[in-house]
Amino acid sequence: MTELAQNLIDGLGRGSIYALLALGVAVVFGVMHLLNFAHGELITVGGYVALWTLGAGWSWYIVTPLIVLSAVLTSLAIERVAFSRVRGSSDFTLLLTSFGVHFVISAIFLLYVSASVKPFDRPSWVTNTYSVGPLNIEVYDTAVIAVTAITLIGTTLLLQRTMFGLSLRAAAADFDTARLMGVRSDTVIRGAFALSGLLAGIAGVFWLMRAGSISPSAGITPMLKGVLAALIGGLGSLRGAVIGGLVLGLAEVLLRSRLPDSVASLTEGVVFLLIALLFIFRPQGLVTVKHAVRV
Amino acid sequence: MLEVEGLTVRYGSIAALRGATLSVGSGEVVGLIGPNGAGKTTMLSSIAGLLSPAEGRVTLEGQDITGRSPEQLLRSGVALVPEHRRIFADLTVEENLRIGGVTVPAAKRAELLDEMAERFAVLREKWDVPAGYLSGGEAQQLAIGRALMAAPRLLMMDEPSLGLAPVLVDLVFELIGTLRDQGRTLLVVEQNAARMLEVSDRAYVLRSGEVVASGTGQQLSQRDDLFDTFVGSVVAPVEGSPVTGAHAPHGSGGGAA
Repeated sequence: MTELAQNLIDGLGRGSIYALLALGVAVVFGVMHLLNFAHGELITVGGYVALWTLGAGWSWYIVTPLIVLSAVLTSLAIERVAFSRVRGSSDFTLLLTSFGVHFVISAIFLLYVSASVKPFDRPSWVTNTYSVGPLNIEVYDTAVIAVTAITLIGTTLLLQRTMFGLSLRAAAADFDTARLMGVRSDTVIRGAFALSGLLAGIAGVFWLMRAGSISPSAGITPMLKGVLAALIGGLGSLRGAVIGGLVLGLAEVLLRSRLPDSVASLTEGVVFLLIALLFIFRPQGLVTVKHAVRV
Repeated sequence: MLEVEGLTVRYGSIAALRGATLSVGSGEVVGLIGPNGAGKTTMLSSIAGLLSPAEGRVTLEGQDITGRSPEQLLRSGVALVPEHRRIFADLTVEENLRIGGVTVPAAKRAELLDEMAERFAVLREKWDVPAGYLSGGEAQQLAIGRALMAAPRLLMMDEPSLGLAPVLVDLVFELIGTLRDQGRTLLVVEQNAARMLEVSDRAYVLRSGEVVASGTGQQLSQRDDLFDTFVGSVVAPVEGSPVTGAHAPHGSGGGAA
């Protein structure tokens, strides 16, 4: 029982990061029908910002907002430079464009920085733990869960209480009708990319704190996790994205602890197998989306 | 108020509108009727900025609004209640109305929300209910209320009675009548030609993308040629009309659009 509770906390910590990544993917998908395979590059850029600023002796307290800011600005720049030019194109074109952006950003760091993995200092408290009864809880997991909860509450308030949020939800449901109501397509799409960048930036801070290193291909894993979690939750559903992230995180941790040691390294493979089974029985994901209409 | 001059709209090589011309005066209710494929929805979509005309000009109170985006047109005072209502099913009634007022200042939006709550009692009762749970008639009222939230000078409606039960069709035409009595300017595309002619000050008949007739409801109702050729079964004889025969009754809601 104690082990299960321990796993649930660990899984929630991991799942929280996936939830933020998936929510960012889902926000953009909702308004543009774009499955953004360049989403992980927001973390890559943040990673290099961390590398250079930490290397210059700056503290994590200053670096953290810089990582988030860099993710937001990169997301907006990607929209401006690449995706705004293919707005209204086929899903396939959008998908190819997102792959293109992913490879271009990776190549820039590969060519002009380094192909090797570059380490940087992690915050000292990342590996600290504290005990609650029999449970040994990482400060890091506590911080991730708390920040994710605050971020999700803030995002919910933004979406529910503001005209921008309402416009974004309306556009995600039916973009053409939202435009007919006077919703500005540029505002809502750029806003979606900014929000997506903000969420990726927050997730990226924790991802990078744990990783303690960066490389040109560092964005691939967080991108895969975010996209997978969004698919599990039901592409286009914001609520589903959060659920998908938490489910994926919990599944990974629970499987890793339950599988025999000899096959523990196959955890990811088993997770993918379970996801494949899910899609056989529920191809729409955990949450059904009725009104995702492409731009 | 609204002048449409020689509007031509093409879908590829097919002309859906061929030099169509019409006008709507301030405070007028103007109907646009005709058979399926006549170009009625194309006309509204072009005025609303959803389609770009190949030729022609649209002016609103003398100002050229041809080719403006839907957002710009809404800010100019032209709102559209789209065909099939297209309400946001996952948003609440109140949110649907609020999004309709996205182009008006916040204080004015709050005033308009209160006005809609007063005008549409049935919506007020379901203020926080997702709009997907509304009946067809309620959803149509919501669609009209949502368009009114933009405080439009010209309100256009595309097939407001489409797919509604006869009793709800009555409700929709009552609402159009109420808006007319309040001095609103309306341009309404309607499949139910007989009912539309009853509530409109004037109407245009479209056929194959061309305006083939116009006049008051009484004038158009009495033209047998339009009856048989263009409008068909949906035009029922209005009181006093010499036309009789096997046509659908008032409020049938069926027939050609």
